[in-house]
Amino acid sequence: MTVTLPPYEDVVARYEPVIGLETHVELGTNTKMFCGCPTDFGGQPNTRICPVCLGLAGSLPVANKAAIEATIRIGLALNCTIATWCRFARKNYFYPDMPKNYQISQYDEPLCIDGWLDVEVDGELVRIGIERVHLEEDTGKTLHVGGATGRIHGATESLVDYNRAGIPLVEIVTKPIPGTGALAPIVARAYVTELRDVIRSLDVSDVRMEQGSLRCDVNTSLNLPGEEWGTRTETKNVNSLRSVERAVRSEIIRQASVLDAGGRIVQETRHFHEDTGDTTSGRSKETATDYRYFPEPDLVPLAPDASWVASLKESLPELPRLHRKRLQTEWGLSDLDMQSVVNAGAVELIEQTIAAGTTPEGARKWWLGELARRANETGIELAAVGASPAHVAELQRLVDEGKLNDKLARTVLEGVIAGEGTPAEIMTARGLEVVSDTGALTAAVDEAIAANPDVAEKIREGKVAAAGALIGAVMKATRGQADAKTVRELIISRLS
Amino acid sequence: MSDVTRLTATEIAALVASGDASATEITQAHLDRIAAVDDRVHAFLHVDTEGALAAATAVDERRAAGEELGPLAGVPVAVKDIVATKGVPSTAASKILEGWRPPYDATIVTRMREAGLVMLGKTNLDEFAMGSSTEYSAYGPTFNPWDLSRIPGGSGGGSAAALAAYEAPLAVGTDTGGSIRQPAAVTGTVGAKPTYGGTSRYGLIAFSSSLDTPGPCARTVEDAALLHAVLAGHDPRDSTSIPQPVPDVVGAARRGASGDLTGVKLGLVREFAGEGAEPGVMAAFHDAVDALTKLGAEVVEISCPNFQYALPAYYLIAPSECSSNLARFDGVRYGLRVGDDGAKALEEVMSLTRESGFGAEVKRRIMIGTYALSSGYYDAYYGQAQKVRTLITRDFTSAFERVDVLISPTTPFVAFPLGARTADPYQMYLADLYTIPANLYGGPGISVPCGLSEGLPVGLQITAPTLADDRMYRVAAALESAIGTLTPGELS
Amino acid sequence: MAAISREEVAHLARLSRLAVTDQEIDLFAGQLDVILQAVARVGEVVAEDIPPTSHSVPLTNVLRDDVVQPCLTPEEALAGAPDAEEGRFRVPRILEEEA
Repeated sequence: MTVTLPPYEDVVARYEPVIGLETHVELGTNTKMFCGCPTDFGGQPNTRICPVCLGLAGSLPVANKAAIEATIRIGLALNCTIATWCRFARKNYFYPDMPKNYQISQYDEPLCIDGWLDVEVDGELVRIGIERVHLEEDTGKTLHVGGATGRIHGATESLVDYNRAGIPLVEIVTKPIPGTGALAPIVARAYVTELRDVIRSLDVSDVRMEQGSLRCDVNTSLNLPGEEWGTRTETKNVNSLRSVERAVRSEIIRQASVLDAGGRIVQETRHFHEDTGDTTSGRSKETATDYRYFPEPDLVPLAPDASWVASLKESLPELPRLHRKRLQTEWGLSDLDMQSVVNAGAVELIEQTIAAGTTPEGARKWWLGELARRANETGIELAAVGASPAHVAELQRLVDEGKLNDKLARTVLEGVIAGEGTPAEIMTARGLEVVSDTGALTAAVDEAIAANPDVAEKIREGKVAAAGALIGAVMKATRGQADAKTVRELIISRLS
Repeated sequence: MSDVTRLTATEIAALVASGDASATEITQAHLDRIAAVDDRVHAFLHVDTEGALAAATAVDERRAAGEELGPLAGVPVAVKDIVATKGVPSTAASKILEGWRPPYDATIVTRMREAGLVMLGKTNLDEFAMGSSTEYSAYGPTFNPWDLSRIPGGSGGGSAAALAAYEAPLAVGTDTGGSIRQPAAVTGTVGAKPTYGGTSRYGLIAFSSSLDTPGPCARTVEDAALLHAVLAGHDPRDSTSIPQPVPDVVGAARRGASGDLTGVKLGLVREFAGEGAEPGVMAAFHDAVDALTKLGAEVVEISCPNFQYALPAYYLIAPSECSSNLARFDGVRYGLRVGDDGAKALEEVMSLTRESGFGAEVKRRIMIGTYALSSGYYDAYYGQAQKVRTLITRDFTSAFERVDVLISPTTPFVAFPLGARTADPYQMYLADLYTIPANLYGGPGISVPCGLSEGLPVGLQITAPTLADDRMYRVAAALESAIGTLTPGELS
Repeated sequence: MAAISREEVAHLARLSRLAVTDQEIDLFAGQLDVILQAVARVGEVVAEDIPPTSHSVPLTNVLRDDVVQPCLTPEEALAGAPDAEEGRFRVPRILEEEA
């Protein structure tokens, strides 16, 4: 059955979307939330587990101080009030990736409440309200075997690995965000981007969406102007910044088509599909699951005192938006130029490149030019393009030292992206250095003069512009590895 | 040598320390006694002959090497099978954990090993410690050495019966609503529930986390105090463990044994003075109160008006916590799995596993707890029960402003015949009527023999303020000095 | 009036992952009813201003330093598994989605 979906512009002209975001961040602590198992990735299955995170009978949790502090710092960075007293709670439901068949989480007493995050959208600040920030434990990972798709449907059995079980997970929930109209998808994306940058600046998580250390669920509802908010759906499996935007947009269109047809929106979980860009229905939440929350009796309350919170507040770095403002001034960029740096995800990369000894112009040229083009072409994030700030700084230094010209530098950069080594290594290995041996260059110039007596004559007569033809011949003879300016000076000096 | 199984732990430790007996001889004597009588008593679910003899040998070697030994080195101990013991079956008397051998030791087990105690094996209990008669064990009941047709109390009936049958001089129990004290009372032994948080719960298979407390069982107050001192102390693996020094319970017990209670004020709980209790129990109790008065104690009547709500509050809090604690037994990671025939889905296999792995009482409590925590009922049941808990705590604290300890019978009735209360689960719950308040409050309680009724032991309970465990040992030892220990006849 | 119906008992059993039999439902319905009526007595206490007690120990902020401790070996971790495959715990197919 093919359903013709209404165009987005038409939908947002008629309906008002309300969005909300629930973001989970895996903290980069050394150990898990409630036991001393390491949190590093990539181990063999079930090698990062102990009686506590495997839920063995008799084991007990003890909370990780670093995780509590990281959560309080996130709350402070999001302008939240930090609870003076709160408890963990058990969320009870059966699922095989949960070793105890309950998750230690927080319920009606979150660690941080009622904050906000300012997000820049089209040069305007949008203030996103933060409902709560709380701490819980992650689940294990389930591998579904026997089905065609690796998904749960059609699988004949599942295999569980508990390495991830118990890793500290911070949940950040926004207040409902009404009034963004057609910009709702962009606001959603901008919020997650800003949140990611804030958390990264706190150095408490690597916040990588592709690796699942930052996960996002998007709530969407539609209502007619002047009417009450509609029933919301919760879209899961949104695994990139781009997907956040697409998921909101596609869900707005889908809900409008249902409403236009006289249907009603079902409160449910929906799954986003990267490939098609649309969502499909998951579990209905009409009959709300009763998680039977109650205070976790194995843990005592948390009561962060004022001095502890104050010292954590002291430790907050300059937050990204202010940091960006400062950099813009330092780098001497216009609002528009800075915006393109931000949009390219290049702020930190340029910053680090400058720290490695390059000028702001030099750093920006590479990251927004050649490297941004590569990232776009291959559809990956700039940071993952294959060149590091140190590489770019070294490349620019070689140019500044006259060892590479622009064309050679681009060739070297290709090599860096291909993983051949550092720029200097590649330059040497491939013999790409500018020919600076004057003897060799003079020989090449003399050869060119001898081979082009007419041109040489013109130059002798003062028609300096004709030197271009000889320069071209010299460059060809040196396979581009000569500095054009030096060649020009040599030619003129030989012929005057 | 005379029969060492009749000796107290204190006496055994002295023999080992002096070299008059080896830990190995002592251990073998107890293993022999178990082999001789346990087919009739059924106190043990698992006897770890090899492990026990190895531990005894280690003690003997340490002594031979001139190492200084702890005050209980070489003394055998029986451990309730709800405590995780590395490599040794730990079943909680449930089919769902049949054959499970934990890869780790409970903290209290580590402490005992380090103190040179010799673990003989694991004792029977009501499944997951839910019961008051040990009849709810999935592996069959334990029989009271005083009368094999009667129950030994519960849930820790195995540990108490092992003491009364001279199979072990010391035992470890856990007390959630009376599971150490009530079996002690009906077997004529001593059982103490320390202050909650005074002994580590790490490695206790959880029943009700906010109430569970491991503690010592013995035939004398001094022995109980010595084991208490080994078990107690702060454990960083248990967030609810109290980071404070353990009160000097051994010193208090020895002081009490002098028989002088001058200046000690005992509060007689009015609400527990008669109603629902058997006349014989009350008679023995009052005789004991007279004896305490003769030792110099002053007895005043104390009203604790909210104690009447302790039993209902307990039977909401404990099942609620257990419904969550026992969720992990699902046939995925360890333990029993039933119904995995390749066709059934996980949900069904989990349900079949739990259905056949749990006994009726456990299922009842899981369902009660699930009910009490449901969103529509939470406030009226679980929430309200937690408020009652606050009121009971207030009753205790205001009582302890007037008296040093509270006293009452430990349990309303002497050991009842097997099967007498299994048909009506609520009748079984009444066995814990007097012991439950201390669990809700968190303070320590001890049961000490105070006489006989119809030839069966009666226990007197002493409860003290939190972290004042020493007070109850002093009074208990004094009573023991006046009344003496109770000795059952030879097993029929 | 009964505090709990047969249907509610069946529902509780489902929530608790207990595949109870019809006979058990009959038995439990009666028993749970007696128990629930008895424990409902907590409602007699007027406790509006009374704070609930969830923990009897007056402790807060019991925290652990972020220091790695030894894990179980894979053999120990999987030793009790009813079924394992390729170092993972094997379970039959799952019907329901993650909550």
